[in-house]
Amino acid sequence: MTDATQNSGPMMAADGTTLKSSLNRALRRQKLRALMLIAPLLIFVLVTFIAPIADMLFRSVENQIVSDTLPRTTTLLADWDGDAGELPSSEVFEALYTDIFIAQERKLHTRLGSRLNYELTGVSSLFRKSGRKVEDMGEVYQDQFEDLDGFWKDSENWNALMGSDSWLADQTAWDDKSDARQPAFEPREEIESLLPQTAATFEIFADFVQNEDEDNLAKEDPWALVYSALYTDLMQEPDVSGYGGPGSAELLQAMGAVGTFENVDYPAAFEEIDKDWHSIDVWQTIQTYSPDFTSGYFLNAVDMKKSPDGPEMRPDNEQLYIKLFIRTLFMSLVITGSCILLGYPVAWILANLPARTANLLMILVLLPFWTSLLVRTSAWKVMLQQQGVINDTLVWLGVVADDSRLALINNQTGTIIAMTHILLPFMILPLYSVMKTIPPSYLRAAKSLGATNWTAFWRVYFPQSVPGIGAGSILVFILSIGYYITPELVGGTTGTFISNRIAYHISSSLNWGLAAALGAILLAVVLGLYWAYDRIVGIDNVKLGG
Amino acid sequence: MAALTPISRTPVSFYVPVVAAAGAVAGLLVGTAQGSSLIGIIGGAILLGAIAFLLTQIIKAEAPGRWALTALFAVAGFLMGGLAAGIIGLLFGWFFGWFTFWLFEGRYRAYVAPYLTPGQVLWHYTFRVICGAILVFLITPILVVMPLSFNAEDFFTFTPEMLRFDPAGYSLKHYEDFFTNSDWQGALANSVRIAPMATLLSVSFGTLAAIGLSQPHVPFRRAIMAILISPMIVPLIISAAGMYFFYSRIGLQGTYMGVVLAHAALGIPFVIITVTATLVGFDNSLTRAAANMGAGPVTTFFRVQMPLILPGVISGGLFAFITSFDEVVVVLFVGSAGQKTLPWQMFTGLREQISPTILAVATILVIISIALLTVVEMLRRRSERLRGMSPA
Repeated sequence: MTDATQNSGPMMAADGTTLKSSLNRALRRQKLRALMLIAPLLIFVLVTFIAPIADMLFRSVENQIVSDTLPRTTTLLADWDGDAGELPSSEVFEALYTDIFIAQERKLHTRLGSRLNYELTGVSSLFRKSGRKVEDMGEVYQDQFEDLDGFWKDSENWNALMGSDSWLADQTAWDDKSDARQPAFEPREEIESLLPQTAATFEIFADFVQNEDEDNLAKEDPWALVYSALYTDLMQEPDVSGYGGPGSAELLQAMGAVGTFENVDYPAAFEEIDKDWHSIDVWQTIQTYSPDFTSGYFLNAVDMKKSPDGPEMRPDNEQLYIKLFIRTLFMSLVITGSCILLGYPVAWILANLPARTANLLMILVLLPFWTSLLVRTSAWKVMLQQQGVINDTLVWLGVVADDSRLALINNQTGTIIAMTHILLPFMILPLYSVMKTIPPSYLRAAKSLGATNWTAFWRVYFPQSVPGIGAGSILVFILSIGYYITPELVGGTTGTFISNRIAYHISSSLNWGLAAALGAILLAVVLGLYWAYDRIVGIDNVKLGG
Repeated sequence: MAALTPISRTPVSFYVPVVAAAGAVAGLLVGTAQGSSLIGIIGGAILLGAIAFLLTQIIKAEAPGRWALTALFAVAGFLMGGLAAGIIGLLFGWFFGWFTFWLFEGRYRAYVAPYLTPGQVLWHYTFRVICGAILVFLITPILVVMPLSFNAEDFFTFTPEMLRFDPAGYSLKHYEDFFTNSDWQGALANSVRIAPMATLLSVSFGTLAAIGLSQPHVPFRRAIMAILISPMIVPLIISAAGMYFFYSRIGLQGTYMGVVLAHAALGIPFVIITVTATLVGFDNSLTRAAANMGAGPVTTFFRVQMPLILPGVISGGLFAFITSFDEVVVVLFVGSAGQKTLPWQMFTGLREQISPTILAVATILVIISIALLTVVEMLRRRSERLRGMSPA
């Protein structure tokens, strides 16, 4: 320091660097240390909480199931124009046959069916039915090939024909009983170029047998689909004469025979399974939902649907969610209103009584606040029942007749009463902390200046307590629109909220995409309200009971 | 509270009609229960009006008069409807004795400002009665659950035996069921296994982060705070849905670890809020002094900082514990049958086979929350005292 005062140059720290850079370094180190302390928790919350929320948002637009399950069909279908009123070409039907065949082997077709059923009722059963019958289509060729020559019946022959020599040797050497992994199938190159479709299909089959079913490929007969692919390939008249590997004679023989085979008319075959395959609607639905990402769930969540001409409203009898959102908002408003009505006097008296009495009464507010939510909900369930305490008391007093007991539960009344009770402390506590800061002398001053009770309250006290009402209301409102447990238990069918619908879609109807979309909308509403809360009150001022 | 206003006796024409009116209300209740409201109203009004007059103008001695009235009503009630009615009569008698003299002596004016008009005094007390009613609304559900949990029948309402205070109407069988039934015991064990672990995780990470956050120069403080507080802001059903989707992707759905992690995430905001609030009053020169005397950062933390912020850490931990112990939405989705906690069991109990054992569990939980509330309150006072001691 003495150096610095003597020299006119920059001030120096003890280690000889300038004071400024030394301070900067200390500050940086301090920042780093703070971040190091925060980092573990931040990572923890990001992984356990933020990632799940992000995943939910992703699921609300994700739609890979259609293009994953029907890859060939959706590619071909991209160019089809449904408005022309014509069915897709027979290639599309053939691709559909391949896709559904593979999907039903993997047991994925029912999942896709239920996914598309959300958009067009009836598709679920269509896919299930098709999954059962699609095998018949392939068997037409399988039977003909097998009738032609016994060679085609045997899985060993197929492996010899389709697999590469080195893989064949490995597979023969592999012991079924041993723990060693089954040698992964490798296709024979000549066959791959000669019979591309057959090779591709066989590879899928081999992969499925070896990796998903974990069976011995040598003992599994190929799918009927492979025979169909072989037929298609052979109809292209490849030059099989150049091929000299295993099964070349049979291949040549088949080549000569396929021309006389009975062939499958795919569009007609599908029509035979179900007439719906000849309905433009089904195809348009598949086409509309082919992309990997869709706004469909969000449209669903606001009672709209995708149509070839863009989004449109659903018919009135299918509209559900807008009504539910409005009901949720309306009931939350009613609950918030009743909380203000009941909370305001209590907060006032708590803020104006002498400290000792106020603390005693505060216990009456804090005790329910601290009591388990389930306990309070069960208490209301017990009290509000037809044979419950409230109805019994009313009957005993003769207010209502025994045969016309009030329906207080499993409807909106039940939800509103129970939730008002549960959320009331969240209104009283912020109101109380605001009212505590309003000096009682203001009211007395107003009265001494000639104001009536009402004027003094309404013009002097009330405006000062508005911040408390705002804070409490937003808090109660936010909490109530996301409530699940209480409406579920005392709400019946008419007193439920949007959150109950979300839970229903997750655990019962398994329409996760729609659940995610509804959740995303609810989340947006809540975050918007919190933003407002932060602007009005400040998040840092969130206080916990006590 | 000192009296604000000198008091004087009120005229007969004021208090006798008021007591009579109150008597009419009481008579309405009794009369309706006995079958005729009209007779109840008229009888109650006449009876109580006469009693008020008798007590104040003829007997004049307050204490014996009130005792006699209380005893009289208790006996009358007992003769009319047994023990329960006797107790109600006792309360009625005590109330009317007090009410009569409260009005007669003008005591109701003693604690209100002298300049209030009679209308304002009336409003003052009406307002108090309204507040009392609201407080009763707040506390009744809890008070109703407790006696009902001792019901000898499997009903959710008071049986005639219970109302007669007949010992046969009461039993501990629902408690017995709770302590012997394997479903409930399994659920209790799961809760006890999950909540402390989740609390430990959120308290240890949360305290460190709160210390980091209360340093003077933290970059992106608001953004970090927003992320850390978010589990409290996002509605539970959305957290539950997101966790269900994500945890099933990474194989945590339906595992003990998954539930613990989820509950720890939910408890973190409470720890952060309480601990940062405690740290606001923490004097940083104490850590500098410790460092000056040769203590390393770890020693400073455990020997200097930790003892001072311990109340905040413990109450944050209690909040986190309660969050996990009470939580049902997230565990419903993230857990599987193997992680069935107490609230989950209560939830299924309420939704499906509604059994009064729930009330016994509820009573036990209320007692636990009273205990925790007391602990938190004591810690808060201690922390305030400590903070008051440390130099600002």
